[in-house]
Amino acid sequence: MGREEKRDLALTLILFAVLMLGVSLAERYLNTYLIRILNTACIYVVAAVAYNLINGITGQFSLGPNGFMAIGGYTVAILMLPLVQKEQVYFLQPLIWPFNSFSFPSHLFLLALFLGGVAAALAALLIGIPTLRLRGDYLAIATFGFGEIINVLANNFIPLTNGALGIKGIPEYTNLWWTVNWAFWSVFMIKGLVNSSFGRALKAIRENEVAAEAMGVNLFRHKLLSFVLSGFFAGVAGGLFVTLISTVSPSLFTFTMTFNLLIIIVLGGLGSITGSVVTAFIFAFLQEILREVEAPITIGAWTFPGIPGMRMVVFSVLLVVMMIFYRRGLFGDKEISWQLIIDRIKGRNESEK
Amino acid sequence: MTWVSFFQQIMNGVSLGSLYALLAIGYTLVYGILGFINFAHGDVFMLGAYFSFFMIGVFLLPWWLGVIIGVALCAIVGMSIERIAYRPLRDAPRISALITAVGVSFFIENLGLVTVGARPKGFPRPELMKNVYILAGARIQGVTFWVPIISVSVLLVLLYLVYRTKMGMAMRAVSKDMETTRLMGVDIDRIILYTFALGSALAGIGGVLWACKYPQINPLMGTFPGWKAFTAAVVGGIGNVVGAMVGGFIIGLTEIMIVAFFPGLSGYRDAFVFTILIIFLLVKPSGILGETLKEKV
Repeated sequence: MGREEKRDLALTLILFAVLMLGVSLAERYLNTYLIRILNTACIYVVAAVAYNLINGITGQFSLGPNGFMAIGGYTVAILMLPLVQKEQVYFLQPLIWPFNSFSFPSHLFLLALFLGGVAAALAALLIGIPTLRLRGDYLAIATFGFGEIINVLANNFIPLTNGALGIKGIPEYTNLWWTVNWAFWSVFMIKGLVNSSFGRALKAIRENEVAAEAMGVNLFRHKLLSFVLSGFFAGVAGGLFVTLISTVSPSLFTFTMTFNLLIIIVLGGLGSITGSVVTAFIFAFLQEILREVEAPITIGAWTFPGIPGMRMVVFSVLLVVMMIFYRRGLFGDKEISWQLIIDRIKGRNESEK
Repeated sequence: MTWVSFFQQIMNGVSLGSLYALLAIGYTLVYGILGFINFAHGDVFMLGAYFSFFMIGVFLLPWWLGVIIGVALCAIVGMSIERIAYRPLRDAPRISALITAVGVSFFIENLGLVTVGARPKGFPRPELMKNVYILAGARIQGVTFWVPIISVSVLLVLLYLVYRTKMGMAMRAVSKDMETTRLMGVDIDRIILYTFALGSALAGIGGVLWACKYPQINPLMGTFPGWKAFTAAVVGGIGNVVGAMVGGFIIGLTEIMIVAFFPGLSGYRDAFVFTILIIFLLVKPSGILGETLKEKV
């Protein structure tokens, strides 16, 4: 490990310590409303960074994160739901074996999240194998269908998912400690991955597949691994989400979720992890502010009743306008690194001299 | 299963398949020329049903006139989408065009939800569609009978337009090689606009016929048919007009037959189309009539 890498690692650990201190202060002093937005923001960070890995960095257009989040969410919900609750919730049809015979105690929550991620990663593997061998947009169409199919399954496979009623009363394990840690470590891992030779190969695939292949990059294996990893973190994000709001139902992970993540990664800049992190926070707060838009509005003779959906109209216009006029997003494909920050500080000192 | 009901199911499948075929053509035309999935196509299909609904139900036009105006409006919407959202991105990376397409689709759906609401509306069917015919002992509803007849005639007109007119020749040329076609003096922008108008008009007709078959319309009705139609285009060989039709009929017939033979699985009918897509991508990704494309540097 070189000197600079050691320095960066030390700085990262310091940042982590500061974050943890921040969390303990936030848990004590912030009100529940703010904490909830921060939790949501951190979950968006996990999901968006994962989504950016396949869309922005590898350049393969996936529309599946809502499906993967649903798989992760349902897995965690079914594993963590207490046995008594299971009997009450599944009154239409009993839960199938083996899930009706056990329930994870609270100290296995981390394992449940991992299993949720693994389940989503397996689904990603199943979709990735037929689609990623091919050139073109087959991934987009297959993942879009997949997200909708998961919804159909969640509605119809009642002995596992309890159908449209969903699962209620999931223990609320998720708090800022969990979300901030997952956000931090997933960004840490994916950023490390992107800066490795593997990450460079992914970027090469994004820029030009033929050239990347000529340089000896195995297109299929690189795309597949990127997609599976992306699925894993999306699954974890789904698991965190359902244990934050303590309920899961088919309407929770619709295409709107994917669309939100798409907005986040496009606004932040496709390919920029820093961008995704920053805009995930902006988005979580913006969504709360834009609730105002959904209140009844009167423009001249027209009165729009407060319909949920006006926000989405605003966001979809924003997305199209961004794509046409400001495709780079806030950060382009730039990243903030320790080196950059140090250079900035030094540069300022030197200019002051 | 008796022969009579089997025959009825075949008619159902053909009728559904012809609707998928109408939609699939729009996807395949745009994909062939611009190389991206026009996610908003399914929503133009929805608009076709709504435009006609308003023309007939609110402006009280006769049925045929309402539908013609509705379909024309669809063509205008399709051209506007191309002009406003897709044209500025023609030289951008393909992923930008895809994201824009998703944005446009989401915009139309949510605008629909905000303006007309999520509650389904009853679509006014003409008498022709409500009649019941008795054919070889089978009772056939007017819809099941007329929908495939109308859509197959429209498909024949389209084949004529694509393979026998100058405009169609230009369209095929653009999809083979845009640059060379431009050098031959063809106005590319005009051809692409024409393609969108044609595809969107077909989607509009599809939307109206769909609404006759399932007379409950809502702003999200285009999502699933749109996705299945794209799957049909892939199955038939993306970029190939005849392939899109073949794919549409295959998907429609399979879907109806699975529900007919395994009624217990009817809740999962959408999942089967997904399975068909995955199998085709594994076994024959170029589709039934598609040619294998080699990417060049």
